[in-house]
Amino acid sequence: MDERRRLFEARVLPHLDAAYRFARWLSHSSADADDILQEAILRAFRGFDTLRGSDAKAWLLAIVRNCHSTALQQQRRRASVPLPDEHDGEDGRALVADTPDPESTSIQGDEQRTLDRLLAALPQEQREILMLREIEELDYREIAAVINIPIGTVMSRLARARAALRARWLKDTAGEPNAVR
Amino acid sequence: MRCAESLRVQAYFDGELDALSSADVERHAEACAECRELLKDLEQVRSALRQVSSYATTPPALRARIMQALDGESAGPRSLAGKELADWRPRTFWKGAFSALGAAAIAAGFALFFLASPFPNFPADDLVSAHVRSLMPDHLIDVASTDQHTVKPWFAGHADVSPVVADFADQGYPLVGGRTDYLDHQRAAVVVYRHGAHVINVFSWAGAKGGRPKHITRDGYHLSCWSAGNLVYCAVSDTGWDELDRLVRLLQNFDAHDNRE
Repeated sequence: MDERRRLFEARVLPHLDAAYRFARWLSHSSADADDILQEAILRAFRGFDTLRGSDAKAWLLAIVRNCHSTALQQQRRRASVPLPDEHDGEDGRALVADTPDPESTSIQGDEQRTLDRLLAALPQEQREILMLREIEELDYREIAAVINIPIGTVMSRLARARAALRARWLKDTAGEPNAVR
Repeated sequence: MRCAESLRVQAYFDGELDALSSADVERHAEACAECRELLKDLEQVRSALRQVSSYATTPPALRARIMQALDGESAGPRSLAGKELADWRPRTFWKGAFSALGAAAIAAGFALFFLASPFPNFPADDLVSAHVRSLMPDHLIDVASTDQHTVKPWFAGHADVSPVVADFADQGYPLVGGRTDYLDHQRAAVVVYRHGAHVINVFSWAGAKGGRPKHITRDGYHLSCWSAGNLVYCAVSDTGWDELDRLVRLLQNFDAHDNRE
């Protein structure tokens, strides 16, 4: 294995799972997510020289995001039948894993489905920023780099996304005591 | 009408403020019921997301497919680097840096970023390499146990130091096991924790000559270091700073308590 490949595997591939989750989260469909992830990894490998000293994780997630929007544009161009609106997640299609994770399946179930549905109903820009902060635990600077927006916008968008999710949750669980906690 | 401090309160919650601004926000929250409420709401949304969301990992078949595609790529022509990759970072970073709103939030980030290497002898790169190696299949742990009374004695026979070992499952940091790594010319002890989707390796070894940094970032991994007695500890992970430092505080408190007994 050549040196470049070895370095790539050591610096970038540890973030493969994060990239996979992010692709799933962005694309709704697991088949699309698989293609997006593969395309993103290949692009990352070709452009590996541009990584230099920056954070590998944020760098890779930014590439995943680019691949997703490219795929979306192509789909829209090809489609003669309009695709379901991107924000329309009412079918409750799981945004995150539907591969069962033995450790967590027991505590999930209803709550998981409720949360997935609420998240799916959020605008894409709110969903993605929540994912980056709360699940992937990127800091503001890294989020700004991934989404390509100023840090001030990160702060205000994150605040809106959190308030929106909470409001929907409260509305959804009204009448079901103890459901929030 | 929302309190004018709400974004700063959020930045505090996300661990983005320096100590001075944090103290400021804490003082403010004491006086402002609305911001106290906000902090509670933020915590509620976070814990819902983290507890309920499943942390998917790449299916093995997909991973294999990608590795195969990479093989094809390695053999073929290279350096078709897309232009979008070349200029992906700096612009927004600086734009953000000078926006009035962002300035307070990233003050802390700046300090971390640019004061990163006044410790030429500190093995930061070795720590990150060891952490990354540990994420490869089957290299995470030598002794797998969630029981501190199994992990701690194991180190006695295998490492040159005896670090603090405790399980913090209740606080969201379950103990996974232990391992030794060769570091700074000795057999360092590594205690492995899990936090959500993330693995946290806590390295410990005897004395770093030339001092140690407190916080550094390398390749997207955060390193949070501290000393206790003649031991240097360094927690490494791709979690956020606040999550990493929470484990560090738990370990420090546990250590202090342990020594009194």
